[in-house]
Amino acid sequence: MNALKSGSRLEQVLAAGQFAVTAELGPPKSADVEVIKTKAASLKSVVDAVNITDNQTAIVRMSSIAAGALAMKEGLEPVIQITCRDRNRIAIQSDVLGACALGLRNILCLTGDHQVFGNHPTSRNVYDMDSIQLLAMLKGMRDGKKFACGDDIRNGKNAPVVEPRIFIGAAANPFGDPFEFRVVRLAKKAAAGADFVQTQCIYDMERFERWMKQVRDRGLHEKVKILAGVTPLKSLGMAKHMRDNVAGLTVPDFCIERLEKAADKAAEGIAICVEQIQKLREIPGVAGVHIMAIEWEAKVPEIVNRAGLAPRPQV
Amino acid sequence: MITAERKPFGEIADMVQDAKKLLILGCGSCVTVCMAGGEKEVAMLASAMRLANRKAGRKADIREATIERQCDREWFDKVAEDIEWADAVLSMACGVGAQFCGEAFEGKRVVPALNTKFYGATERQGVWVERCAGCGKCVLADFGGVCPIARCSKSLLNGPCGGSQDGKCEVDPDRLDCGWQLIHDRMKLLGLLDRLEAVQPLKDWSAGGDGGPGRIVREDATL
Ligand code: SF4
Ligand code: SF4
Repeated sequence: MNALKSGSRLEQVLAAGQFAVTAELGPPKSADVEVIKTKAASLKSVVDAVNITDNQTAIVRMSSIAAGALAMKEGLEPVIQITCRDRNRIAIQSDVLGACALGLRNILCLTGDHQVFGNHPTSRNVYDMDSIQLLAMLKGMRDGKKFACGDDIRNGKNAPVVEPRIFIGAAANPFGDPFEFRVVRLAKKAAAGADFVQTQCIYDMERFERWMKQVRDRGLHEKVKILAGVTPLKSLGMAKHMRDNVAGLTVPDFCIERLEKAADKAAEGIAICVEQIQKLREIPGVAGVHIMAIEWEAKVPEIVNRAGLAPRPQV
Repeated sequence: MITAERKPFGEIADMVQDAKKLLILGCGSCVTVCMAGGEKEVAMLASAMRLANRKAGRKADIREATIERQCDREWFDKVAEDIEWADAVLSMACGVGAQFCGEAFEGKRVVPALNTKFYGATERQGVWVERCAGCGKCVLADFGGVCPIARCSKSLLNGPCGGSQDGKCEVDPDRLDCGWQLIHDRMKLLGLLDRLEAVQPLKDWSAGGDGGPGRIVREDATL
């Protein structure tokens, strides 16, 4: 396990060939630190790393770096999400240096939800770059030790080069269209610099398996660690909302039917999620699971336990 | 062409309510084609204003004129007298024409009657669609002739985001095609799909709007 890129816990778990488990923590829509503490308490020691979302669905929240630094104090290892929606190449590189200086070691590059979905639909977006260009830029900072403009990452001519040592992640959505281009997107992300990817939450196992086959045929699972995404369904309403209103996501009928029949919808949602994780573990090339329990962080320990993924390895 | 839409009547009326002598000045080029600020639209707006003035018991003289283009100085000569006469000019040109009118007649108040929208084309009768964002460094050749900057809601250069579904853009699936589905389909048709596998580097936005107000100087054409 030599030549680690960042030395992050997530990187070490994956490098050791362990099945990794990550979760998600949405920062508060206020300056309330207690929210982070409470959420962190349910996730601590339960997962290997925790994504800290970046103003997801374009709703203003505490910055992912600030929330990540606070979560780290609570004993979590954060994965800082960065979207291309709100910041240009100057701001992002600056933030990456700052995140690294604070001890944050995992960064996940995203395109970002369009601002029309959020609470400031009249704002301007940035999109100076896309997620693949962002990956390439971060890889250039880490491995090339240079900024996007080509300057060395050093404070002056005689100062030492201090580049950000980061483990670089990306997202992958096997459920978006055009389907045949989805594996190409992953190939481009791997080529640009992704060390790991987390997928959009999977309900349609058949389509995911088809995508994974394409991934293996291209040998991409050997270049980039793939963490399969899952989201436990809290209620029938949520399942229908995900099916009907979330672009790039399909919820098959059998999930809806199971929830309809169940007396305790939440328990059934957890049961479906646990079964999904067990199936995903069997798929060759899947290196871990990413559990996105949206505003339901407290249920993650139960899911991890029941899926047989506890305790997490010590690294 | 540059496309535009007329502002709501109330907003226009508010802007010119003080003018006792008002010139409504149309433009015979792009905004005539997109039916926002040509001769016909000038006549319609003028009669609506006269009617509103009469109802409100306001006395104001309104003149109408339409010139070939408001983005070229020479065409203003024909209406110089009307412009001198007016307290205010209500320009029915795009934002470029409205400004140019104000520059040609310093000290004259020129207000816009249109909201200027985008560089577009007539998709069909009565429907105009954006096609170019004036990025200053055209990359259409790499994308099968479909512009990723103007036609993808996020101006992505390396492929569709996760929100592309059934050919539609997540931003407004009822109204917008996903630009990247179009690029993908066109490249497939051209047998060039493999070219989309190359990672596109960061774009130089300074060639367009991010480089400050644009200016083109053709030494061979200047006098
Ligand atoms: S690449 Fe630039 S110049 Fe070419 S059509 Fe698109 S925005 Fe216009
Ligand atoms: S859905 Fe298509 S057009 Fe819309 S932002 Fe995503 S890639 Fe661009």
